[in-house]
Parts: sequence; structure tokens; C-alpha cells
Amino acid sequence: MKQLMTGNEAIALGAWEAGVNVVAAYPGTPSTEITENAAKYDELYAEWAPNEKVALEVAIGAAITGGRAMACMKHVGVNVAMDPLLTVAFSGIEGGLVLITADDPGMHSSQNEQDNRRLGRFAKIPVLEPADSAECRDFVKAAFVISETFDTPVMLRLTTRVAHSQSLVEKGERVLRELPPYQKNPQKYVMVPANAKPRHTVAEERLLKLKAYSDETELNRVEKNSAAIGVICSGIVYPYVKDALPDASVLKIGLSNPLPEQKIRDFAASVKTLYVIEELDDVMEEQIRAMGIKTHGKDIFSLEGEIFPETIREKLCDEKTAPAYRYGKELVVRPPVLCAGCPHRGTFYVLKQAKVNVLGDIGCYTLGALPPLGAIDTTICMGAGIGMALGMEKVRGKDFAKQTVAVIGDSTFIHSGITGLIDAVYNNGCTTTIILDNHITAMTGHQQNPLTGFTVKGEPARKLQLETIVKGLGIDRVSVVDPFDLKTFAQILKADLSTEEPSVIIARRPCELLLKGAKGACYINPELCLRCGKCLKIGCPAIEKTGVGKAPIIRSELCVGCGLCQKVCGNDGVITKVGE
Amino acid sequence: MAQSEVKSILIAGVGGQGTVLTARVLSRLLLQKGYDIKVSEIHGMSQRGGSVVTQVRYGDKVHSPIIAPNSADDIIGFELLEGVRALPYLKEGGTIIVNEQKINPMPVVIGKATYPDDLKDFLCHCGAKVKLFDAHLLAMEAGNAKCLNMVMLGAWAKNAGLEFNEEECLNIIANNVPQKFLNVNIDGFKRGYHAF
Ligand SMILES: Cc1ncc(C[n+]2csc(CCOP(=O)(O)OP(=O)(O)O)c2C)c(N)n1
Ligand code: SF4
Ligand code: SF4
Repeated sequence: MKQLMTGNEAIALGAWEAGVNVVAAYPGTPSTEITENAAKYDELYAEWAPNEKVALEVAIGAAITGGRAMACMKHVGVNVAMDPLLTVAFSGIEGGLVLITADDPGMHSSQNEQDNRRLGRFAKIPVLEPADSAECRDFVKAAFVISETFDTPVMLRLTTRVAHSQSLVEKGERVLRELPPYQKNPQKYVMVPANAKPRHTVAEERLLKLKAYSDETELNRVEKNSAAIGVICSGIVYPYVKDALPDASVLKIGLSNPLPEQKIRDFAASVKTLYVIEELDDVMEEQIRAMGIKTHGKDIFSLEGEIFPETIREKLCDEKTAPAYRYGKELVVRPPVLCAGCPHRGTFYVLKQAKVNVLGDIGCYTLGALPPLGAIDTTICMGAGIGMALGMEKVRGKDFAKQTVAVIGDSTFIHSGITGLIDAVYNNGCTTTIILDNHITAMTGHQQNPLTGFTVKGEPARKLQLETIVKGLGIDRVSVVDPFDLKTFAQILKADLSTEEPSVIIARRPCELLLKGAKGACYINPELCLRCGKCLKIGCPAIEKTGVGKAPIIRSELCVGCGLCQKVCGNDGVITKVGE
Repeated sequence: MAQSEVKSILIAGVGGQGTVLTARVLSRLLLQKGYDIKVSEIHGMSQRGGSVVTQVRYGDKVHSPIIAPNSADDIIGFELLEGVRALPYLKEGGTIIVNEQKINPMPVVIGKATYPDDLKDFLCHCGAKVKLFDAHLLAMEAGNAKCLNMVMLGAWAKNAGLEFNEEECLNIIANNVPQKFLNVNIDGFKRGYHAF
């Protein structure tokens, strides 16, 4: 029977059916659930790697030894994995190697919206783009066949709407592959110049063969309809086109690198007006124009954000429907917030009070940038904050460094903070780094990591100690503090900032969502409240302003009784825990 | 059902209210009726208390999982402001079921903006078919504010005109929520089902 599943679940199913041996990944929206679902299959090995580069390297090793392997990551994760990717594209593999990239047009939860089809092209490897969950399952299987037939890594590109949409999929059987004996082949796998040069030739020849394949395969197919309008599209845009332009002829591209040149020429010749509709970059359009074919594309569609069916109807059919019902005035927005009881709130309160410059990073704690906390100066990419603090210090001097901290989550520190910290130690920085140890990779939905003591399958694992790592990197000033112990935290921060050696403060308190148990809500006594408004500065969603000159209230259904507001208030008896 | 007869349900709420589970159960109910289905759920940043929207489309053949403005047959609003925010997606003559509970967004919590006080009034006079009720209260009566999503599902199932009987619904719920919370969820569903 057909089942409803997300694109991500279907990718995991496809990998299982394809007899995949190894799935390695680092979490990142919208790719995370692929690995979480793969981990449910006993027959395959799945892991959370410390970062995407390691994940891809694990997969490369598995594939070179003859296994089938898949590495999964969000779009920006591929930037981290680019180094091994570009060279394994020369060497090739033995068993199939598939890299899943989950792009995020519209930036639902990302810091940028790069188009990774460009990276696939840059690496000279095939790129597949499924349009729904059934295709996710089928394309993964096809990707492994292409990978082994052409001896190449294959990129499978999802976008948020494919990864996170559910549609019907039929579950199949797992096909087991015989593992070939391991054969050493240094000429193919030791990429010194003498070996790499001939492999470059192989890679170029392979692209030509893939181009011919692209013209043959049913992954790229024509749906003949009216000759008035022809659309070339791939991925999620295909169902949008079917929805918006039911009469148009469509060249549905499943294998978008290399493009099927002959099919495109024939298709273009068979229609009156040609459109290339693609989200983000003009990756296909640029190549089609280079073939000398006249087409519309980014002259009417944006290079930014998502395309929707209504965008297509609007642009091509001049159909614009005004909403039947709407509230005339602008509605107040609802941005995401740190949870009630979030340990990060204590840290940002202390930092805000200390009036320091904060070089932030990526995780739940990025929400500390929003009002009322507003305590973060920069967020660029995972791991960036520590190196940036050193860079600022080298321009503005030690006194500036004494008012500046880098703030980084525990998972992010393991991902790519360690090398930044080594730089600060080695190059005589005096950066103070605060590692937010909430015992989990929270932002992406609570994944295990090397510091938690469990694997992706929930099995016990060796648990790394942050203190030991940091000391091992050459940091002598290391302290551990509960971020809700505001006084101690502020004292340590002051002392660490004043020294001219690099220091690390580990702010340790578990993510509130791991604790689950409610500890009894807090209550503000309006008779005793001084109307100072301090408790409103921590941005707890449970505390509400009620009006000018009135005491705030705590919403008992939202409060988890963490007690942070009691400490910030500091006036005896104003905020009490109900039942205490 | 022809392509033009694809039905669309948009579920809007606040991160953490359980809209995704509602969409899951709802789509499995439709699956039992033999429809082709597409569901779009966005998670990530939006889970931390931000606005969330989940879209369900069903019919003989559904291409896009995305609902265009002015085309939803039903909107299920888990919170008053979010229900009103989603309203432009409702097609003429569509039904919007709204929990009248107010959850203040952060700009309101810290006093930088106000929660509009005319939303209920506006909804009642906007011309759409509006079903406004205190689903939070019903969830509390069922024993747990968290079963709000089942209350909303119940209210929708009764109104959907797809002849869902209670038993079908209860079976699907049993398959999709943890055993521990099953009774509360079923109670919540029933309260929603009989709310109108
Ligand atoms: C290169 C890269 N990979 C993955 C992500 C997705 N991502 C954003 S934050 C984050 C993890 C944050 O975990 P942690 O540092 O422990 O902070 P927490 O959310 O727990 O506060 C991940 C995986 C990303 N933005 N960039
Ligand atoms: S999930 Fe955990 S770390 Fe993230 S905001 Fe909530 S409490 Fe904080
Ligand atoms: S105790 Fe105070 S700070 Fe903590 S959740 Fe409750 S209201 Fe928020």
C-alpha cells in the first residue's frame, strides 16, 4: 500500500532499498530527517559526523572500499565539504557515492540561499533533482546506478519544499549487493599531481558520456501538450508548472547536470514560446542561451526566493486574484523566540548587562540577537565567531578584545569552532570564548553529538569532555558556570575579559526541552512589584507587559518555573514559585 | 474529481501548538478515503514559537503541495491572530475554523506592538463561513492544553463534509499519538467534534 511520506523519509527509504551500507551526515534544516529516518533501518550504518566534511569523507571511504554510501547535508554544509568533493570527483569511487544537498530557497531557516546546482556543475558531477517523495525514492536508486556506471559521485539536490512535503510512495524491497574484495589502487586514489592529471582527463571524458546519457535517460522527459508554450523546469517547479499551466508542453529535467542538449534543442524547436522556470540562479537558462536558443527566464522570474504556482500564473497568464477576505491593517509579526526556560537566556542577559561586543554563531542562541535581548553583533556561518573575534582584536587591539566575546554552541564548537580557538591560542589572542553547552544540537530538532554520549541510533557512545578538549588546545583559563547563576557568571566574565590570555567559559545547563518536567509556574505579586520592568528585558515568552504602570503577569501555561526572572528581579517576594 | 477539484486545507498556528501532527492525522484520514494527497510542512526556525503554516491538498490527482492565495477550501486557525493572518488564502465561500485563544507574539509581550483587539469582530463580519470557538478551554477540559491540536482536528472533521465517522478518526489518532497520551487526545478530539 502507498504511504504518505516526506521527501526526506523517501530519500532514506530509497537508500535502504538501494542496499546502502553507510549514511553519514551533519544535521541542517531541511536535510536532518533523512539521517534520522535512515538510522531507523537496522541493516545500514548511520552516523552524525562532527561536520559535513567529515561526513563526506566517511562516505568516500565507504564507497572506495566498494560499499554504497550517502552523505547528507544542508546547502551550506556542502561548502564545508567542498574540499573532498572536488577531488573525489577526479578519483571516482568503487561503490556508489551520493551526496544529498538540501537547498533552502526562501531561507526558511538558513543564513543564505545559495543554489547548489552550481556547486555540482563546478565539481563536474551529475546533479539529480526530484520533484516529489516518490521521485526522491526513485532518484536515490537511480543516483547509485549512475554513480557506479560512470564512476562518479552524484549530487542529489532537494529544496525545502521537496524535503518537507509529503506525498505517496510505494515501499519496495532492499536489494543486497555483494561487497567486492578490497583492491588497492593508488594510481586512482592517491591524488598526487602525476595521478591526478590523468584523472582530470577521465573526469572530462566522463562528462561527455554523461551528456549523451542525459539525452537518452527518461529522467529527462518531454510531456507534449499545446505548442504555444513550452516550459523547461526541474525539481519542485515541475508540479508548480503542472498546476499553473495544465496545457503547456513541458520538458521535465530530472538530471540537470549535464543538461540533455539534443532534447532541449528539439523541444525548443517544437514550441512557440520557450520558458525556463527555475528557483534561484539561472543555472539551466544560462546554458540553454549558450546553445543559441532563445528563451525567457530570469527576464521575468526573480533570482531570489521561491517560485510558487501563483507566481507562474501571474507572470505567464497575467492572472492576479485579489484575496476574497483580508484584514485591512498590517498584522503584528510573530518571530521565533528562545523557549521559556532556555538556558541561553541567562548567558545573553549577562552579556547584555556587561555591554560587551558579541560575535555570535549559528544555533538556537542566534535568537539572542532579537529584541529585547538584542545581544549579538554578528552571525556569519558555523564556527565563524572565534576567528572573527581574533580578527577584530588584531585591528582594534587588546583593549577592544577586553570588551569582546565569541559565543558558540556546543555542537557548533565541535563542528568548526575548535580550529578557530587554536588560532586564538597560537597567535596570541586574548579572546574570551563562551561555549553554550546545552547537551544537544537543539536548533535542528535535538540531535546527538560527540558531547552527548549517544549515537544517532540512540546507542551509548564515548562522550567527549569540553573541558578536556579546550585545555588540550592550550587554554589555561577554563571555567564552567550555570548560565542561570547570573552573579557568578558575571564575575567570571569580568575577570576573564580583563586578562590578556585567551579564556573559555563553558555555560552549562541542559536545553529546557530535554528536561520536559514542569517545575511549577512562577507568579508576580502585583502588590509588591516595583514596576521596574527588569523581568521584561529577558524576553521570556511567559512574561507579559499588561500596560503602563501595571505589574507584568506570568502566564502559568507557558512558564516552566526556571526561576530566571526571580533572579533578574532580585526583590524578595515579588516573584515567587506557586506552591512555594 | 478533476484537477480543478483539488481541495485545499491550510493549517495556521504558533510553533509548538502541534499543527504538524494535526496535518499528519488529517492527511492519513484522507488517505483512507483513497485520495491523492500532498502535504507541505515547514519546520526549522519557525518551531521556536514563530508563525507556522501547514498545507494539505487532496483530490484524484494533486500536483503542487502549495496553496495559492484565495484558494483554500478550509483554514484551521490554531490561534486568533494566526487565523486572521492566513485569511487571504481562503477562497470565496470557504470555511475558517478558529481557536479564539490569543497568544501574544514577542513584540506585544515586550510592549513594542499591540495585539489588535478587533480581530474577532472582524472575522465575524468578514463574510466567510467562520467557526470561532474556545478550543483552548476544551483542551483544558480534556485534561491537557497540548491536545488542542486534536480539538481543532475534531472540529474540522465534523465540518469537512467528508462523512468521517468518529470511529475512523479515533483509529487513525491511535496510530499517530503515543499510547501514554491517547486518552487525552481522544477526549480532545471528541470535544472538538461536538463543538459545533
Ligand atoms: C555548515 C552548516 N551546517 C549546518 C547548519 C545547520 N545548523 C544551524 S545551527 C546548528 C546546530 C546548533 O547546535 P548548537 O551549536 O549545539 O546550538 P543549539 O542550537 O543547541 O543552541 C546546525 C546544525 C548550518 N547552519 N551550517
Ligand atoms: S530548544 Fe532548547 S536551546 Fe533551543 S531555544 Fe528551546 S530551550 Fe533553548
Ligand atoms: S520562571 Fe520566569 S523566566 Fe522562567 S519560564 Fe517562568 S516566567 Fe519565564
